[in-house]
Amino acid sequence: MLLSAALFIIGVVGVMVRRNIIIIFMSIELILNAVNINLVAFSAQLQNAIGQVFAVFVIAVAAAEAAVGLGIILAFYRNKETVNIDEMNLMRW
Amino acid sequence: MIDNLVIPLLKILIVLNATLVGVTYMVLLERKVIAWAQSRLGPMRVGPYGILQPVADAIKLMIKEDITPVRADKWVFTAAPIISMVPALIVYAVIPFGDKARLFGRDITLYISDINVGLLYIVSVASVGVYGIILAGYSSNSKYPLLASLRASAQLISYEVAVTLTLVSVILVAGSLSMVQIVRAQESSHVWFLFVQPLAFAIFFIGGLAETNRAPFDMPEAEQELTGGFHTEYSGMRFALFFLAEYANMIVVSSVATTLFLGGWLRPFPNVAALGFLGFIPGWTWFLIKSFVFLYIFIWVRATLPRYRYDQLMRLGWKVLIPLAILNLVVTGIVKVLLL
Amino acid sequence: MGQAIAFYGLSFFILFFAVLVVSTKDTVHSVLFLVLDFLFVAALYVLLGAQFLAAIQVLVYAGGIVVLYLFVVMLVNLKRPPEAYEDPHRRTNLGFALAASVLLEVGAIATYGYASPAPALARASEVFPVSGNTEEVGWLLYTSYLIPFEIASMLLLVAMIGAIVLAKREL
Repeated sequence: MLLSAALFIIGVVGVMVRRNIIIIFMSIELILNAVNINLVAFSAQLQNAIGQVFAVFVIAVAAAEAAVGLGIILAFYRNKETVNIDEMNLMRW
Repeated sequence: MIDNLVIPLLKILIVLNATLVGVTYMVLLERKVIAWAQSRLGPMRVGPYGILQPVADAIKLMIKEDITPVRADKWVFTAAPIISMVPALIVYAVIPFGDKARLFGRDITLYISDINVGLLYIVSVASVGVYGIILAGYSSNSKYPLLASLRASAQLISYEVAVTLTLVSVILVAGSLSMVQIVRAQESSHVWFLFVQPLAFAIFFIGGLAETNRAPFDMPEAEQELTGGFHTEYSGMRFALFFLAEYANMIVVSSVATTLFLGGWLRPFPNVAALGFLGFIPGWTWFLIKSFVFLYIFIWVRATLPRYRYDQLMRLGWKVLIPLAILNLVVTGIVKVLLL
Repeated sequence: MGQAIAFYGLSFFILFFAVLVVSTKDTVHSVLFLVLDFLFVAALYVLLGAQFLAAIQVLVYAGGIVVLYLFVVMLVNLKRPPEAYEDPHRRTNLGFALAASVLLEVGAIATYGYASPAPALARASEVFPVSGNTEEVGWLLYTSYLIPFEIASMLLLVAMIGAIVLAKREL
């Protein structure tokens, strides 16, 4: 549990501090992995496989998120030639 | 102690060494077979009929200068050959070379381990091997390797889908993910899965050619257009590691094909009792013979077929093999449900 | 005992590489550390008795998603370092503060959890008609969790279409 929490926190720090959106996405993957570790740990503790089933769902969602997110990054990069989120202000005006 | 530690370690040692020796002699075999196909003699100088050629090659590669390009990413450049070599070797952990054998009064299983997700293990470990290629191309900081590595990884990822789908249909028939159980299933159903799943076998074989970057799918190392591919900037032992990894992967693909489709260590036609006299030949011999046939076909294909163009390659993968594999999977599922 | 050592060793590596992922300058190195991290997480899954999930983790994360990241990193061949420009309105300190507050919260929960007696956890497992890790997961997926499973597959389909639409140059 503590491991998962620590991993989660590292992920959160990554999201908050870095400005390269690819690294931010990777931090999100770390967070999802922290969740998965938690689910699997509970599944081992409770002696049933339900936690693992949820972990499978989380992996599926992570895959979907990565595909769409990277698609957005590519589209954005093509327009603005940057992956710095501080320069991503198209929606501001 | 002996059962838990010494024997597995010995097995690992034997398998690894056998693989590496096998790989070096694969290279000689390939050169010889291609030479014969082109009515040449092939290596003849070192030893009788060039039989010591691999030794000479090994010595040459080891004493060659080890070059790292100035602008290369040093750590990644060093790690890439290792990353491509390790997955190719650790796959052997789950390949069953034979059933039990009695040796020095002990029952020894002729596989290192039998885990219940064996096939998934192979697929996932093999998918990690892509990194070796991508990173080699990236870290060389040179345009030909980069192009080659992008091609190679796109090719690997595309064909992996088709191959994995065929594996799923085999799993459906066998009802297990464990390599040993799959062979047992072929034993109890008295037929090799080659005859149950001919389409899956064909797709697996084509995909296997593509996954090992062999001709006619050797786009990533097309000598004529990419000057050798992702390992252009490598020399000496690091280059040798890539080379070894490619051949080790060929052996992996042929052993997996043997296990899944040709009944592993079973003798031919396990359903025909009249052939029972073949039982005196130990199972691992059958396994080796079948794998060897596969490896020979690999070389034969290379000597025969011209190279695909890159867009044709991708089209074949996505528009032919994957739909066929899905169709095969659906039909297998329906048949399985109807027969139950 | 051996299990505990293995667990702490793996945890150490997971956290170590996670820190490296977040802190490395070079994006490609960062992706590599992410792969290593995922491999260690897979090892942890094996330790916790979830072999199927471990294989899936390596296959989907290490073999699929991270390769995608690597591709994007290579395609986004940057002409200038991505972190050169900083938004003057950016509140990096706020980010650290938020992370610190999460840390505090988790710490509080942890100390509370250790202080109070652990609830009785040793519940007998449900009886499955099949045995083995893979079979168990598959059984649950196709019986109790069939609808979430189908929704997940729809989500993947939508994501696939969305990614293609986004990445295509012109429609």
